[in-house]
Amino acid sequence: MSRIVELIERLGALVIDNVTALGNFVLFLATALWCAATPPYKLRLTIRQIRTIGAESIVLVALIGAFTGMVLGLQGYNTLSRFGSEGALGTVVALVLVRELGPVLAALMVTARAGSAMAAELGSMQATEQVDALAVMAINPIQYLVSPRVIAGIISFPLLTSIFDVIGIWGGYLIGVGLMGAPAGSYLNGIAQNMSGHDIMSGLYKALVFGLVVMWVCCYKGYHAQRMATGVSRATTEAVVLSSVLILAWDYFLTSILL
Amino acid sequence: MAAVGQNGNGSVTSVAIEVRELRHRFGRQQVLNGVDLDCQRGRITTIVGPSGCGKTVLLKHLNLLLRADSGRIVIDGVDVTRLRNRGLDEVRKEFGMLFQAGALFDSMTVFDNVAFPLVENTSMGREEIAVKVREMLANVGLEGMENKFPSELSGGMQKRAALARALIRNPKILMLDEPTTGLDPTRTGSIHALVRHSQQRFGLTVVMVSHDVPAVFEISDRVAFMHEGRMKLTGTPAEVAAANDEVFNRFLAGRASGDERDAAAL
Repeated sequence: MSRIVELIERLGALVIDNVTALGNFVLFLATALWCAATPPYKLRLTIRQIRTIGAESIVLVALIGAFTGMVLGLQGYNTLSRFGSEGALGTVVALVLVRELGPVLAALMVTARAGSAMAAELGSMQATEQVDALAVMAINPIQYLVSPRVIAGIISFPLLTSIFDVIGIWGGYLIGVGLMGAPAGSYLNGIAQNMSGHDIMSGLYKALVFGLVVMWVCCYKGYHAQRMATGVSRATTEAVVLSSVLILAWDYFLTSILL
Repeated sequence: MAAVGQNGNGSVTSVAIEVRELRHRFGRQQVLNGVDLDCQRGRITTIVGPSGCGKTVLLKHLNLLLRADSGRIVIDGVDVTRLRNRGLDEVRKEFGMLFQAGALFDSMTVFDNVAFPLVENTSMGREEIAVKVREMLANVGLEGMENKFPSELSGGMQKRAALARALIRNPKILMLDEPTTGLDPTRTGSIHALVRHSQQRFGLTVVMVSHDVPAVFEISDRVAFMHEGRMKLTGTPAEVAAANDEVFNRFLAGRASGDERDAAAL
């Protein structure tokens, strides 16, 4: 009997802990957004974060975009040529990139590059009491450290996705048309005729949501890192893993809504 | 708690910080177990005690980083345990805090670190801030170090820079958490002298947590010995030393022999 009671107690504690953690997670984002909307506005810090998250990720995103487009050009041409539909190559490459691969791969790349660094930086600041120092100086740490990063993520991710899309389409053209010999006119005309504004916007909406989710998770994990070296490394790993999983999960939900 | 005196000069001074029956629990561990403490205005009050007795947790309540489960903290007549965000920030503006490892922002230069509270919390102009920062750096003996990053400074210099940042807004109350941890005896002495000098120059109320016993007694007006989450002994250094308290004597013996286990096992 006592074992059953103990089991129920443990189960109850587990549920309470998880519900509390989820509540804290949601409250963290709500506080960050509230702080972003109320003065004093941290415009300079936000611009600095846009540089760190956005501008400094451009080369990586462009590189991944180019290779993704090139692979799509190669695979797409080989598959479509079996049905004599090489003319649809531009449409296929563009739609796959703009609606799906652009936002997802750009978000995963920025998570690996900037999200991990962000979690490590905030974790390290927590471990060395720099976050406490802000609070004692009457400066809201969430407003100073988290809100600018979240806003910068929301702004940067759609821009990086756009760059990824354009360079990916160019990569597909380079291989599909330049190397494999697909007709150049139908590649470009296919994109112009078959891709709608809704296709472009659905990709950008996804990027916006991914930007919010990645910054939310990475900041939360870093901000709540245990105050020790292993705590910082664990927070960084958890931030990257959870962000990546959430990007793919949200991608499914958003696709089902935006289709 | 055994209170064994009034203050270092034998005169009665007003109380800047009053702590009553403060309790805080982390999980099943009762860290603060009814702390009572008076920190007198314009005096240095040093809290000593073995590792894990709750000194730093108490300081985190005094600088409003933690909220007590029960009890009362009155700072300059304001019951801060009842305050919420904005009210807390108003009280915090009267504080300067020196953290154990300095807590300097490692992405900023020494100048930017010291200027930070003025840039963020005042409407002072750039020139005015620069003059004040240079003056404060000279005051702590760091002239010419403005453009260095914290990682380029020695431990003692980092503490000095952190002290300059804590003092830049002319606080009424200065809190120090183990300010001499990791420093050799020479640098420990110079930090102690700097704390005393700053306290006298700016008329500060100082609350310091320190393990550096008995060296810290030389600059303290009042000493509070903490044991098992409450104040076991308070008074002037001479009074505390003369109290012949068995637990305090064992703590002193543990520190003197360098055996932290003895002290921690109290």
